[in-house]
Amino acid sequence: MTRWQAKVLLEGTAQAKVLRLDAPISFWGGIDPATSQVILAGHPQFGERVSGKILVIRQLIGSSSSSAVMLELAYGGLAPAALILGARDAILPIGVVVAGQMGWKTLPVLVLPDPPFQTEDVLSVDDLGMIKLLPSPDD
Amino acid sequence: MILSNVERAILSGESGAAGARMAMDIVVQAARMLGADRLVPVVSGHIDGCLYHGDSGTLFCEKLAAEGARVAVPATTNVGALNLLNPDQCRLPPDQRKMAYRLMVAHERMGCAPSWTCAPYQAGARPALGQQVAWGESNAVAFVNTVLGARTNRYGDFLDIACAITGRAPCYGLHRARNRRASLVVDLSGLSPVLLRQDAFFPVLGALIGRLTGETVCAVTGLDCASEDQLKAMCAGAAATGSVALIHVVGVTPEAPDLKTALGGRAAAEVIHVDRDMVIAARDALSLTCDGPIDSVALGSPHFSEAECRAVLRLAGAGRFKVPVYICLGRHTLASLQVDGADQALVALGVDLVVDTCVVVTPILPAKPGVMMTNSAKFAHYATGNTGHLPIFGTLGECVASAQAGSVERDGTVW
Repeated sequence: MTRWQAKVLLEGTAQAKVLRLDAPISFWGGIDPATSQVILAGHPQFGERVSGKILVIRQLIGSSSSSAVMLELAYGGLAPAALILGARDAILPIGVVVAGQMGWKTLPVLVLPDPPFQTEDVLSVDDLGMIKLLPSPDD
Repeated sequence: MILSNVERAILSGESGAAGARMAMDIVVQAARMLGADRLVPVVSGHIDGCLYHGDSGTLFCEKLAAEGARVAVPATTNVGALNLLNPDQCRLPPDQRKMAYRLMVAHERMGCAPSWTCAPYQAGARPALGQQVAWGESNAVAFVNTVLGARTNRYGDFLDIACAITGRAPCYGLHRARNRRASLVVDLSGLSPVLLRQDAFFPVLGALIGRLTGETVCAVTGLDCASEDQLKAMCAGAAATGSVALIHVVGVTPEAPDLKTALGGRAAAEVIHVDRDMVIAARDALSLTCDGPIDSVALGSPHFSEAECRAVLRLAGAGRFKVPVYICLGRHTLASLQVDGADQALVALGVDLVVDTCVVVTPILPAKPGVMMTNSAKFAHYATGNTGHLPIFGTLGECVASAQAGSVERDGTVW
């Protein structure tokens, strides 16, 4: 079994399929908080839903209102299962911190430079930031 | 992370309201995630989080207010989603309008000054050179760093109000002197002095700087003077197309008396010589459709100053507008216009005055997407994504003449 040690921004556990965003995105203007779909015109993952996925984002671009979109996703029960970011960020995790204060479901947020994971990989994430690649159910 | 006794007491709930503990938790977690080893006291806040993005933000701010959170430092509010003086101007559905209103009220309950403007620095909120502040709204952040020399990073939703409640911000980025030094030089000495005096040059310069520098601090050379409204337009353009939060204009802005000081004594990593072709290309990138009929004109991003409003009156003369002209402005400016009836003179020309909010953050522009002309790089940048309208960029004079003609009129002498 292959493992990676990520840095933990916010701890938590998850096991889910990956959705990898192949181009930079700002959640504000990039993700519809009502459906969790990618709505940025021309984005490679346009139309995909982030809800329930381990969302792998190599590069974020930064509207600071993205925290609000993250919180709205958590409020609507449409948040990803976990975030794996390519670089340190405080905007999305702040949305998760606030969700926790409101008593809504939170999610782990990890940082791993150049995350190698591809859409449809199945991963597990633990409280210490250990990421494991699980055998795909289709194999 | 090193926290003071006061900070630790608030974080543990030993002192202060439960809402203050929530705010301190947000600031400390943000500091940890950003790699800051301590917090820095701030003297003011400007809060962007009063713009409605969904019910969750309203519920959070109402909880903060109900749990006793109050701002510890003077804090102004950025635009909300409603013109509180004319609520029917905005076409939000009734349920969303109610939640947008509740969000604005929650900020007032927490003690924010209800300024509802993206240009608080022209409404009296002017921190001094070197003061630490925690501001949101990208143009205001760029202005306060660049023009006033106060120190802030870009603070967005939730962290902005949390900083104002705690009077603290994570000590990183532009709060620290060494991160304020320019590493890139943008040299304008190859441009004609006539071009450098045009108002419309500045938003284009900003848009160009945003694209060239991303979030790198740059020093602009070759510009001898600029008005505050010109610098405002430059900052807004740069903060829209890039993540620019600080520009040193050598000889003009307070931290850049000369190039050596702006660079902090180091050599520049790169010098970009701007030529006329680059300016024209940056200008043209702000228009997404060809000259022809227009459906509206949008002015005031950032919110128009009194001088900018009066310039519209002067340029328009007696010629009424054939398409809706929206001027977004703060109440502070409206009050100045009301002194001699200039507000009514604008309305008589066919202007819709948009107070407390702005036409790219809430549905006010004509419902059917069309062509929107503007003199703002920021409006041009965000128009299509936020409203569906296609932008055409022009000078203020071109915008006024085009509104009177109903189609784009160009002034060949400007560029």
